[in-house]
Amino acid sequence: METLVELWNYYAQNYAYVWEEFYRHFLMSAYGVLFAAIVAIPVGIFIARNAHLSKWVFSFTNVIQTIPALAMLAVLMLVLGLGPNTVVAALFLYSLLPIVRNTYTGIRNVDQAFIESGRGMGMTKLQLLRMVEFPLALSVIMAGLRTALVISISIATIGAFIGGGGLGTIIIRGTNVSDGTAIILAGAIPTALMAVVADLGLGWIEKRLMPR
Amino acid sequence: MLRLEHVSKIFEDGTKAVDDINLEIGSGEFVVFIGPSGCGKTTTMKMINRLIETTEGNIFIEQENIKDKDVVELRRSIGYVIQQIGLFPHMTIAENISLVPKLLHWPEDKRRARAEELLQLVNMDQAYLDKYPNELSGGQQQRIGVLRALAADPPLILMDEPFGALDPITRDSLQEEFKKLQQSLGKTIVFVTHDMNEAIKLADRIVIMRQGKIVQVGAPEEILSQPANAFVEEFIGKHRLIESRPTLQTVQQIMNENPISINEEQTISEAIRHMKDHKVDSLLVIDEKHVLQGMIDIEMIEQNRKKQGNVKDIMETSIYKVEQHALLRDTVHKILRNGFRYVPVVDKENKLIGIVTRASLANIVYDSIWGNNESISV
Repeated sequence: METLVELWNYYAQNYAYVWEEFYRHFLMSAYGVLFAAIVAIPVGIFIARNAHLSKWVFSFTNVIQTIPALAMLAVLMLVLGLGPNTVVAALFLYSLLPIVRNTYTGIRNVDQAFIESGRGMGMTKLQLLRMVEFPLALSVIMAGLRTALVISISIATIGAFIGGGGLGTIIIRGTNVSDGTAIILAGAIPTALMAVVADLGLGWIEKRLMPR
Repeated sequence: MLRLEHVSKIFEDGTKAVDDINLEIGSGEFVVFIGPSGCGKTTTMKMINRLIETTEGNIFIEQENIKDKDVVELRRSIGYVIQQIGLFPHMTIAENISLVPKLLHWPEDKRRARAEELLQLVNMDQAYLDKYPNELSGGQQQRIGVLRALAADPPLILMDEPFGALDPITRDSLQEEFKKLQQSLGKTIVFVTHDMNEAIKLADRIVIMRQGKIVQVGAPEEILSQPANAFVEEFIGKHRLIESRPTLQTVQQIMNENPISINEEQTISEAIRHMKDHKVDSLLVIDEKHVLQGMIDIEMIEQNRKKQGNVKDIMETSIYKVEQHALLRDTVHKILRNGFRYVPVVDKENKLIGIVTRASLANIVYDSIWGNNESISV
């Protein structure tokens, strides 16, 4: 009970600061996913067309996924230095796999009847992609973005260690003081909330995009 | 219209799917390719819109070699309907129908007008235009699939077992509807199926294929009466005995010329006596000029027993009848499928001239199996 009061007091005194870090945290995650999408969706489409390349691409992205987040940030820090940009770069790398994988699966799983139908009607390859394959795969691709965003929100927390800011900063501060439970919660609750809302929000969009 | 010259297809693994096919198809002709699976019928069809490229030989559409045409343009100028229907689930019916026009850069309002016009053609409500494919039944979806192929008004339409996935009743009505549509629009159709009933019903000419080769080409009657070899006979099926009797072509030839009938002005009690005298439970009703008006049966009389009146007052007027020159095989098909006990036969002025009953069918089957003096080809 005491902790809750402390938590309440923390928010009452620092709401502007918490909001600022929340916003920063969200932007880092969103940018990481956005840049990853710009690269990963075309790559996913490409390897869906050239299945023999998919093995290589998936090996590469899988390896990235196995690197512990802290190690990844440390290595990137050596190259890119401190700051939020390095965090965005790490999130970019972590988002590649879910987006590539889902794009690949989405495009590959479009029913052959639709492809044949489209080809038979005289669509060019590009039209087929734009008017048939992509719209029909969109909900699966969105599911990939959703996974990527949720992962990014959690990993961005660690970004505080390399000066990226975000809600992780508040959590670390809580761990550094004695009896900092309330402060840890003050950072952790908004993080969890953000992840849940992002998941629900993109899930809703995904459902809307589902081909009927 | 369409000419195939020495067309062959050898797939990369060396299988020869189509082997030196020659065929000429006239404008407005309905040609059905039929054969067991793997006989090359679908491959042949797909070579026409170059979904599959020919290995050898040439295909000409209106004297133009399709190899010289741009493949995308070629496909846009040929309608294409597939078995899985392939309506795009993320597009409305209107968008689906007007897809080829869209690819051809028609303006929006013209596309919409075309979609409305086509929907009218199959008597579907305009409200369907803004629905999505999953809101329609299978039969309705394939109707739209056919309309989509017609959208840009191509002279040639390719159809790959379009009605294969539908239930028998829907398939039946769609076949009839489509045949009428094809005749009124004068389209050339290349149609692939493995259903002989469908082929006989729809085709102007049937092309029977086996192992990549054409076994026989001919009108349905020709194929039924003069199958080229044992394979064709087998493929047509022995059960088609009735339909394949070469000497029996029209309903007139097998009908009973003395149907039990009654004048519409006669009273109900006279009708009962008439039934009793002839040992029947229903009567065809005619007027004084012998024109068929309807029918009356014992149940209808039973329900209206207390009424005093004429036959005219209680008879059923909407009845199924056939014209005397109707093809026997169509009639037989309908009697069997719909479970009619009999079908009245009328002449051009709708005068009653005979009746075909299930007993008449039994006679033909009997003749076919045990033979009278004629030779029987199947």
